[in-house]
Amino acid sequence: MSDQSTNSIAFVASGDIPQSPPPALEAGAVKWMRENLFSSIPNSILTLVALALIYKIGMNTIPWIANGVWNTKSLAECRDVLDGTVAGCFSVLTERWNQLLYGFKYPSDQYWRPNLALVLMLFAAAPVLFFDLPRKLLTFTAVYPFLAFWLIWGGPVITPIVALLGCAAAAWVFNKYGKANFALGFFGGIVAALIVWKITGFAIPESTDGTWLQAVASRDLGGFMLNLMLGVTCVSLSVPLGIALALGRQSSMPLIKGICVVFIEFIRGVPLITLLFVASVMLSYFFPPDATVDLFLRVVIMITMFSAAYIAEVIRGGLAALPKGQYEAADSLGLDYAQAMRLIILPQALKISIPGIVNVAVGLFKDTTLVSVISMFDLVGMIRGPILAATEWNGVYWELLGFAAVLFFIVCYGISQYSQWLERRLATDHR
Amino acid sequence: MTIMTDPPNSGFRLSQLFSDTRYRSMTFQVIAFIALLLMFAYLGNNLINNLRAAGLNISYSFLGERAGYDLNQSLVPYDSESTHARAAIAGLLNTLLVAILSCVSATILGVTAGVLRLSNNWLVSKLMAVYVEIFRNIPVLIWLIIISTIVASSMPLPRAFRGEDATASMIFDAVAFTNRGVYIPKPLLEHGIFASASANWLLVLVVLGVSLFASTRVGRWANAQQEATGDRPQTLWINLGIFVVPFAVLMLIMGLTWDYPYLKGFNFTGGTQIGRPLIALWFALSIYTGAFIAENVRAGIQAVSKGQSEAAAALGLRQGRVMKLVILPQALRIIVPPLISQFLNITKNSSLAIAVGYADITATLGGITLNQTGRAIECVLLLMLFYLTASLMISGAMNLYNASIKLKER
Repeated sequence: MSDQSTNSIAFVASGDIPQSPPPALEAGAVKWMRENLFSSIPNSILTLVALALIYKIGMNTIPWIANGVWNTKSLAECRDVLDGTVAGCFSVLTERWNQLLYGFKYPSDQYWRPNLALVLMLFAAAPVLFFDLPRKLLTFTAVYPFLAFWLIWGGPVITPIVALLGCAAAAWVFNKYGKANFALGFFGGIVAALIVWKITGFAIPESTDGTWLQAVASRDLGGFMLNLMLGVTCVSLSVPLGIALALGRQSSMPLIKGICVVFIEFIRGVPLITLLFVASVMLSYFFPPDATVDLFLRVVIMITMFSAAYIAEVIRGGLAALPKGQYEAADSLGLDYAQAMRLIILPQALKISIPGIVNVAVGLFKDTTLVSVISMFDLVGMIRGPILAATEWNGVYWELLGFAAVLFFIVCYGISQYSQWLERRLATDHR
Repeated sequence: MTIMTDPPNSGFRLSQLFSDTRYRSMTFQVIAFIALLLMFAYLGNNLINNLRAAGLNISYSFLGERAGYDLNQSLVPYDSESTHARAAIAGLLNTLLVAILSCVSATILGVTAGVLRLSNNWLVSKLMAVYVEIFRNIPVLIWLIIISTIVASSMPLPRAFRGEDATASMIFDAVAFTNRGVYIPKPLLEHGIFASASANWLLVLVVLGVSLFASTRVGRWANAQQEATGDRPQTLWINLGIFVVPFAVLMLIMGLTWDYPYLKGFNFTGGTQIGRPLIALWFALSIYTGAFIAENVRAGIQAVSKGQSEAAAALGLRQGRVMKLVILPQALRIIVPPLISQFLNITKNSSLAIAVGYADITATLGGITLNQTGRAIECVLLLMLFYLTASLMISGAMNLYNASIKLKER
């Protein structure tokens, strides 16, 4: 049998066939393109359309940016330099740089103050944004608002110190009594702050002359600085307010719940512009006749209320996502409402809602451009107002709007990337 | 040895109001109620004092006065002799118009972009990702101004259509794209059944509504036939007939003619003008909100577990039917609630019209009327009332729809 089989087989391989490379169509870039770009006829058409689109956009914008002019004094001069070539007059950015960033009224020799405040803000925000940093850094975060107020508005140094003393007294009272009885600590803290402000208030001088830092009025703030200030202030103020509203909406007391529901649904039902109209034309009717609440503060109040309503809804989602067992466990440990919320419920609920809060923050930061509608000169207000109205730069839309878009994109994209990092970082379950 | 303890004190002590859970919530609510009343009293008192000091009062009589300003776009007859109330209504209709247009186009754009972002074509999905990121991270106000500038600078001036060597021409002699807006022919009913034009158009709408109702009945009948016999009757021709025949008959009776736009002097007259502000606002809102809707759609489709599409493929369904019959109905339940809030956002963001000069309700009632009459409180309150009503109605309608597609659990 074996003989027969050896005879009948014409060929037996005596060694290994050398490995040959895969077919050219099944390897490397060609395979990738076949699978990802030209896998079927509709797909190939889509790819070609997309390529044509990219080519068209690229051919229009790249030379426009690359040939741009950066150092002329006016649009006419820039057009002379360009001499018919189609390119951007980016010199409007260099020439009006300070106006775009700080507005047109902030004293130009004082620009270091907002710059310093911005740098310090990064340090103050770091321990809040990154949990791994030492907790002691939070002390600086607590002091920062007062420092930033003094740096940006200037005036007597005693004003922020008085404010800080009052808040410190409130914090001390709350730490002493708040652990045992939340309501006592909370209201005691408010009373303590009021008392300290009343006692030390006389130290604030009437005039703002001869102070270390020249006083700057709120109406002189402008440019991208105004957007940043509104965004940061309103988000940080609206988080605690939002927590309170969310807890109120979950409350079993019908009156408290009713107030919170009406507030949240009202604010969410109207556009921000109408709230800004309230700030600019209506709110001053509701203050005592002798009170002078400037537009900046009124806008901060309305935007804070606006974002607090949205943050409250996000946190309500976080509260609803917690398993009921957590609430029952807190009850069975004998914790009262404030303790249960502070120690068990809120830490978990806030963790769930952080990405949502960051989304609200990004939206709010974008919405700060709306203040240009009520004639405040933020970045968009500066572009639409003083810069495009100036005879030198009448008609440079693309460069200015593109700059504003890029600036907002960098900040908002950065924040949303942070939010995604945080989401991955906080995902401690379901590995 | 027994320890004798006093029975609990049955008398009522004042501290029980705070320490006893039976009374505590009542105490807090009473305190909150008093605080609320005090706050309202304080604010109201300030308001009355301030108004008295400024010599003002709260009155809505200004609504009946002559407005004295023109609107560039209005769905109802309006001129500068009309009242403020009419200006507000014209603005209100303009808001609704741009909101409805943008909702439709943003949904189409968003669903397309969301599905394309999940495409296995690498280039297309990356392109869609770039679109979504760029539009989500830049304020809508900036987009609005950019798109308004694009419309203004990329379309020809009306005078480019003039003369022998015109650089621009009308499409089919009927539609003209100019930087002042798009001019399209306007349908006119020569001998309407009713005296007023709006009543005639209302009749057309009613007829279309009846047709729609009839076509849903036909759809139901077809479904019943399919359930009973397994064969679905062809409904395409029936449906076409239901829509086309009554409409055509009505148009013939009422004598439909078209009013074409034509160049007169330096501008177009006749036809309907879709103004540049409307186009800019419509585009900006749809393209901006489309990016958000794309993300919702993507999340919704990805949330449907892979087993569902595999099961559908195992049943032998084709790719398109897998999407239509299995994936989308399930994804829709996840997509609809965020879609509702995007529609609300469009309605609220349409108030940005004021930045490009579109005469919506914020620009008429909250802008010119407010500045002319100085009735800040009344105007802003009316404005808020409108938006609040619109928001509640949209979310109510969409919640009904959401309830109808919800999983029926027993």
